[in-house]
Order: sequence, then C-alpha cells, then structure tokens
Amino acid sequence: MAAADGGRGGCWFPALALGVSLLKCLLIPSYHSTDFEVHRNWLAITHNLPVSQWYYEATSEWTLDYPPFFAWFEYALSHVAKYFDQEMLVIQNLNYSSPATVFFQRLSVIFTDILFVYAVHECCRCVNGKQAGKDILEKPMFVLAVLLLWNFGLLIIDHIHFQYNGFLFGLMLLSVARIFQKRHLEGAFLFAVLLHFKHIYIYVAPAYGVYLLRSYCFTANMADGSLKWSSFSFLRITLLGLIICLVSALSLGPFAVLGQLPQVISRLFPFKRGLCHAYWAPNFWALYNAVDKTLAFAGLKYKFLDPEKIPKASMTGGLVQEFQHTVLPSVTPLATLICTFISILPSVFCLWFKPQGPRGFLRCLILCSLSSFMFGWHVHEKAILLAILPLSLLSVESPKYAGIYLILTTTGHFSLFPLLFTPPEIPVKILLMLLFTVYCFSSLRALFRKAGPLLNWLETIYLIHLVPLEIFCEIVFPLTAWKLKFPFIPLLLTSVYCALGIIYAWLKLYISVLTEFYPPLKVFV
Amino acid sequence: MEKWSLMTIIVLLGLTVRWLVSFGSYSGAGKPPMYGDYEAQRHWQEITYNLPIKQWYFNTSDNNLQYWGLDYPPLTAYHSLLCAYVAKLINPNWIALHASRGYESQPHKLFMRATVLVADLLVYIPAVIVYCYYLKETSTKKKISSAICILLYPGLILIDYGHFQYNSVSLGFALWGVLLLSYDWDLLGSLAFCLAINYKQMELYHSLPFFCFLLGKCFQKGFTGKGLVLLIKLAFTVVASFAVCWLPFCTEVEQILQVLRRLFPIDRGLFEDKVANIWCTLSILVKIKDVLSPQIQLKLSFAITFLSLLPTCIKLTLQPSLRGFKFALASCALSFFLFSFQVHEKSILLVSLPVCLIINEVPFMSTWFLLVSTFSLLPLLLKDGLLLAYIVTTLGFITVCVTSFSMFEKTSEDDLQLKSLSLSIRGYMPSFKAFPEIIKSLFLVSVTLMGILTLMSATLNPPQRLPDIFPVSVSVVSCLHFLFFLMYFNAVILWDSRNGRSQKKTS
Repeated sequence: MAAADGGRGGCWFPALALGVSLLKCLLIPSYHSTDFEVHRNWLAITHNLPVSQWYYEATSEWTLDYPPFFAWFEYALSHVAKYFDQEMLVIQNLNYSSPATVFFQRLSVIFTDILFVYAVHECCRCVNGKQAGKDILEKPMFVLAVLLLWNFGLLIIDHIHFQYNGFLFGLMLLSVARIFQKRHLEGAFLFAVLLHFKHIYIYVAPAYGVYLLRSYCFTANMADGSLKWSSFSFLRITLLGLIICLVSALSLGPFAVLGQLPQVISRLFPFKRGLCHAYWAPNFWALYNAVDKTLAFAGLKYKFLDPEKIPKASMTGGLVQEFQHTVLPSVTPLATLICTFISILPSVFCLWFKPQGPRGFLRCLILCSLSSFMFGWHVHEKAILLAILPLSLLSVESPKYAGIYLILTTTGHFSLFPLLFTPPEIPVKILLMLLFTVYCFSSLRALFRKAGPLLNWLETIYLIHLVPLEIFCEIVFPLTAWKLKFPFIPLLLTSVYCALGIIYAWLKLYISVLTEFYPPLKVFV
Repeated sequence: MEKWSLMTIIVLLGLTVRWLVSFGSYSGAGKPPMYGDYEAQRHWQEITYNLPIKQWYFNTSDNNLQYWGLDYPPLTAYHSLLCAYVAKLINPNWIALHASRGYESQPHKLFMRATVLVADLLVYIPAVIVYCYYLKETSTKKKISSAICILLYPGLILIDYGHFQYNSVSLGFALWGVLLLSYDWDLLGSLAFCLAINYKQMELYHSLPFFCFLLGKCFQKGFTGKGLVLLIKLAFTVVASFAVCWLPFCTEVEQILQVLRRLFPIDRGLFEDKVANIWCTLSILVKIKDVLSPQIQLKLSFAITFLSLLPTCIKLTLQPSLRGFKFALASCALSFFLFSFQVHEKSILLVSLPVCLIINEVPFMSTWFLLVSTFSLLPLLLKDGLLLAYIVTTLGFITVCVTSFSMFEKTSEDDLQLKSLSLSIRGYMPSFKAFPEIIKSLFLVSVTLMGILTLMSATLNPPQRLPDIFPVSVSVVSCLHFLFFLMYFNAVILWDSRNGRSQKKTS
C-alpha cells in the first residue's frame, strides 16, 4: 500500500501537466483574437526581413512592439512554421489563418508551455510542506501545482485569446524559484532575459533590484537585522552587473550598432495610446473614469455643465484613443508614473529595511506588480496575472494570503471575461472559471481547515455578487432596450465592480505586509 | 477536500471537455445530398413539428422516409418535437418544412450542440453522479475516481458531441434503471428502463439482464407470496409505461405495426459498413451476405446470440446479485453487439455503459475495454474529422485512469476477479501460469497495436487495391478484443459464487 502511494505521489505532477496540456489541445479550434494575427505577422517579418528592418516594417498595423528576444523567438518559430504552411510567412498575407496556421501557432504555445511546467515544478519544491495532510489532494505542493498549471487566466489568454504568456511566466516563476533556492545569479539572469522578451515585466524590476542589492550584495546583517555597510561585496555586484549588461548587449546591441535604438524604444513604449485600454482594466483609473462620467452625466442633467464644452469622445467606443476627462483633471503619462512610483515605494522601502528572505522579496514583487496595475498608463486587464500567479505561491503557505488570493483571483479572472465574447466560447469561459474557482475555494479551505474561515462576510457577499453581475451582463442586458443606446454598460459595470475588489485586495495585501514590517502589538504584549 | 466539491469539479471538467469536443466537426458536415446524423436529428425536428403525429412514421409526400425517415421509438420523436419548439423560437428557418433540408450554420450548430448538452445534463450526468456517490462499500477516493473516469469516457463524448447523437439520454435512463434497482426501488427502476427502450430500441441489448435480475428477485422472495405480487406490479409498470409512451400511436393497429417496422428494419441486412462484430469479421473470409439467404442470416444470428446469452442469464436468474447484474449487463450487451442482426458501430456504447459501472471493481480490464471500444469507433470518427478530439480525449482518459486507479498495480488475480477460475484451471493443469503476466503483456501488445493502427489510418493513404484496409483492420482487431472480453466477462460471472463461498470460508 505504501509502495502504491509512493508511486502515486510520484506521478501526480506529470498527470496534472499532461491533463492541462490535453485540455489546451482541445482549445485549438476555438476563437482567437487579433493577437493571433499579430504573432503571425511577426513570424512573417522576422522570417523574411533582415534584422535591420524588423522594427521598421509597417505593412500590417500590428507592428513588432516586443523587445528583441521575442523577435528572435518568432524567428526561431518561423523555421518550424515553414513545414506547416509557407503562406503564413508572407508579410502581405494579412489575416491569414489556414487550419495549418492555426494548428501550428496553437501548438507552439502549448509546446513552449513546457518551460512553464518546469518552472511550476521548481516552485512546488520551494513550498513549505509542514502542515501536509495525509491525502495527496491536501498537500500544499499539489494545490500549488494545480493553482499554477490550471490557472484560468493563463488558459483563456494563451490558449483561446492567443498569446505566449505561458513560457514568459515560466521564466519569471523559474527566476523566483532560483532566488528561493539561493541561486541568485541564475535568478537575475533569467529575469534579465525575461525583460528582453517582454518589457511589461519591468513593473516588478524594483523588487528584483532592491532585493538583489540588499540581500545578495550585502552578505551580512547587523545583529538587529539592519544593514551592515561593511559587508558589501564588490565581487557580487560586479557579477550581477556583468550578467545584466551582457544580456542587454546581446538583445539591444545589434540595434545599437545599427543606430536604431530610438526607433526600437519608440515601438516598445507607445505613449500615444490612451490612459486606459479599449476595455478599462479594473484599476484605479477605471474608478476615476467612472466618477468622471457620472459627474458629467449628473452635470448635464442638473445643468451644472455647458453641453457645448464637453468633448464628444466615448471611452468605451472600442478604439484605443486619447481621451479628455470632462470634469476631473485629465491624467498625463507623467502623473501615472508618479502615482505608480509613490505606490511602489513603501513596499520597496520595506524590502530594504527589513528583508525577510525570499518570501519578503516575493511579497514585494506582488505589491510592485499590483501597484503598477493600479496606476499604470494603458494597462491591459491581462496584466493582473502578473500578481495572481506569484501570489499563488504565498497563498498555499498561510491563511492570510489565501484569503487575499481568493479575492484577487476571483475578481481578476472575472475581469478577463470580456476578452471572450463569441457565443460558443461563453460556456467555456464560465465552465473553466467555475472549475478553477471551485477548486481554489475548496482546496484552500481544506488546506487551512484549522484556521477558520478565509473570507469575512463582506468579502463573501462581494464575491457572490459577481454571479448576478455576469447574468445581467451576458443574458439580461442584451435583451433590454439599452443595448443599442448604451452598449458600453456591461463593460463599464464589470470593470468598475472588479476594480473595487482588486483595489481592496491590493490594500489588504499592502496592510498585511506593512504590519509584518511593524509588528507593534506582539512586541509589547 | 470534501466529497461534494470534488464531485462538482469533476462534473465541471466533464462538461468543459464535452463542450470543447463540440467545437469540432459533426457527421456529414457540408456533404450533400445525404449529410449525416446531425441532419437526421434536425430533419426529425422538422418532421415532428410540421406533420401530424399520424404521419411521422409513414411515407407521404411531405415525409420521404428514404431521407432520414424517423426510425427511433416515440420518445425520441417527442424529444425532437420539444427541440423543434425551441428552434422555432430562435429561428423558424431551422425547421421549415422542405426548405430547411440540409440547413447548416454556426448558430444552428451551437443550438444543436446545446440541446445535446442540456439532455446530457438532465439525464446522464446526474445519474453518473448519484451512482458514484452512493456506490456501496467503496472508499471516497474510489467513488471520485469512478466518477471522473465515467464522465471522461471518450466514446460517448465523441459520438454525442462530435458525431452528433443523443445516446446520453437512453444510456442515462438505463443507468437510472440500474441505480434504482440497486436500491430496491424495482418499480421506478423498470420505469426508467422502459423510458430508455422507448428512447432507443437498441436498449433492448440490456433488456435480458434487467428481466432476469428482476425475475430472480421475484423467485428469491418466493414465487407464491411476495414475489408474485412484485412480478405483477412490475408487469403492470412496464405495460403502463409502454402504453403511455405509445399512446398517440395506439389509435390504429397499423400505426403500431408501422412504427415497429421502422424500428426493426429487417431488410437492411446482417450488418452495415465496417462493424467490429463477428459477422463483419467473418465476411472477410466468407461473404456471408451472398452465401446465405437473409432469412437464414436472421435465424443464424438469432440462434448464436441466444446461445451466447444463455449461461449468463440462467446464472443471473438463479442467483441474482447486484454485482452479477452489472457484469451480466456488460456481457449480454456485448453478445448482442457481436452476434446479433443489423448492428451499428455506435452500439458499442451500450456495452461501454455497464463496463463503466464496474470500473471500480475491475479497473484494469474496464479501462482496457473502454479504450478498445473507443478505438473501434475510429473509422467513423475519421470520416467525421474528429481525429484531434479522438486522440486528445483518449490520452486524457488513459491519464485519468492510470493516475486515479493506479491501474497497473491492479492486475493481480484478485483484482481481475479471476482467482477462482485460475484455481480451478490449476486443478486440471498444475503448470498453468498466472493470469496477471499474460494479461499485462496482452494489454501492452494491444495498446501498441491500436496506437500503430490509429497512426496509420490517420496518416497513410490506403493502397489502391485495398481501399478499406484500415477500417477493416480496425474492426477485425476490435472484434478479436471483444471476443476476448466476452470470454472474460462470462468467466467472471460464471465463477462468481465459488469465489463468494471460498471467501466466506476463509473469513
């Protein structure tokens, strides 16, 4: 019997990974967004043109706007792609999606996810298994593996909507795991590589920078835990610097030589886009916009405002565009940058003055990504995964974080719903969401059975109300007369309602991290 | 984790897989003039909605029976009618008389797929959940494992959600029947089973075990007292439920006769296409269809089916037990599939259902059988363009079975329920090798063979002289497997009581 259990203990991870990969294969024929065409176009560009023209090509409106490593990745893929269908590699074949093309692109996402699977495997090894139950289903490692591998957001964004987040998050989780394993240089290297694949990860760079400087470059602490200046290691900081410079040189070097750096940068950071994406990501600015809209509406109704002075731009019209607020002051990119910076500051401060090992680093990383999500310029709703996935690691270790995780995942994943709007995919998103959410709730509750309820009544009520909201948006609203007059209402409701939950989770996480920083009561009592 | 939340997760997973398979193609998609089963089901909606009930089964100017004429029992027709009312609400063009023939569109596909899901959700899935939840003398882990394996069985998913049929309704009713019988609610159980027969006449494959089991129960209670009362009640329930289902057709004798003629088309021949049964396999060597007259074919197949059923049925009548009942369901359905007249390849699902029910008792053999049964559907699925779904769901099923039952460790004689058989064989033949090794190596050979054949049928073009080489070899290989499984089920059933007695002695 023991042998059987041992055998089973060994094979659950491959089974979970294989299971989810098969599920991904079933998603191959489903709907894909314009991101599919984006990546097809990049395949064609990198395959046909010399490096010098990669960032200048503009036949398609979906120009290359990821850093060079990603372009090289597409270049490598294109050499496999030619065996599936030559036509997808023709730049002029806009919106080309033959069955072979779809099959190849989908399979490429599924196969590159192997890196993600490996990273999850490494993360599972870093988890404290102290309160492990007898049942395999109630081991933190198992729960973590499911939470990461079967993550709803990742499934629908990568395998329905179409993107390559899987292996990128794989790189990030792997680098986090390496830092947990005290292999700091490897961690730093992986993160540098990741940054040159997709620059959105720069949101969490402060956490890496401060942690590596504080806990790696300074080799010792004073007795009270404060910084010991004399322990600074020049060797270590040189190594770190060398790694980062080498990776950057490898990535940006060729373009610097060609004198194309300004062009590359302008492609990577398109500030011409608006404050919010077409569909508002559920962050602070969504609330800001909503307040502005309400004030404008009320102002018009009660004659505070002059209708002629109001700009006629509708934010949720579907186009990415610059937008003028009517009542509240308009927000500039610089303002969002300052807000983001201020909101990140306390967590970084905390990491510097009281480093609590890799777990402190992970908390700071999550806070960085959440804060940037809150206040960033032109944030996509997909960026919430940057907080959800790392938070999974903390959630299986303590009931406090499990509670926050439940709120954040449920709202964050719900806010991804508008990504999929085609009728056949609606059941898929609802079923997968339920599948993942039911699993989250029941597994985490089983894990922390002794710790009492994970959510308080207010949080429970908030989360339960997502159900009527979804019913209203998907079923009731299309039947009402408002559908034509105010088509944006479901999106607006979803993003405002989810913004409340995500801001709440963010504040709660911040407060719990800061109270760990100053544990005042326990010291005196 | 709690049992109900695990069950919820399993159901959601099963539903997700079902819905995702339904993204694929269906039978006869874009293939005029006859299309396929999808068009048949749509056509039945059209017929039942637009024509008076008296004309449903008759060839008239509005109802050409040569074009997918209704050939299932009344419940299917009522179900079509119900779907037609919903279709009418959404888009009347879907069921317009004559004009809608061969109608295909994305919204319509979505609607049809949704009707399958709704039917499944109302009948089959609850039955599976209740069945597994209340399995007797089983650990929670095993209940959960059985539920996930049954719900992810690829054969049913691929036929219902890929090819397009409503097998889950008839199988679901049959499962409700088994479930209710196992809790001694015999009347409700027989009602459920009558509904199953009245939905699809193929459910008759299961009728003998039901009959024998209930008869055996009556005998056990004493044939003069309680048993007789039960028998009369049962007979009344069956007659009444049939009468209700057939009520609109009971106006004339001719109506009933016509429906029966439609249900049992004797003139269609011994078998169709490439079925993995004995007749199709034999006809590679001898063209039975040409050698024997149809009448003799009918009699021959009837006789052989009857003979192969006999031992199991006698045993079940004399010693009715729940376990024996489930095995008998599998073995009898398999006999029908192998030997009876006019068998479709999809009828293997009728065997798969009872095999699903014994998956917690003989995980290894059940999984193996379920894999073979899915494999036997391969030619059909290839024709429908469901290769990807077939490969993915099959691999998924193997993964689930292997991890949840640790299948390969369950091959001892005890686990295979063959202990008493091998004991009695050793009585005659002391040098007899143990079963587990033989069966394990057979399994490996069989899986390899199935894998290779799948790959070859999917990738290679058949040689010009033998265009049917792959479908034929698939059906021959499956048929050989099925014969082996028939022997296995019979061995387990017939050597059952000795096993029970010896266990009692040892305890």
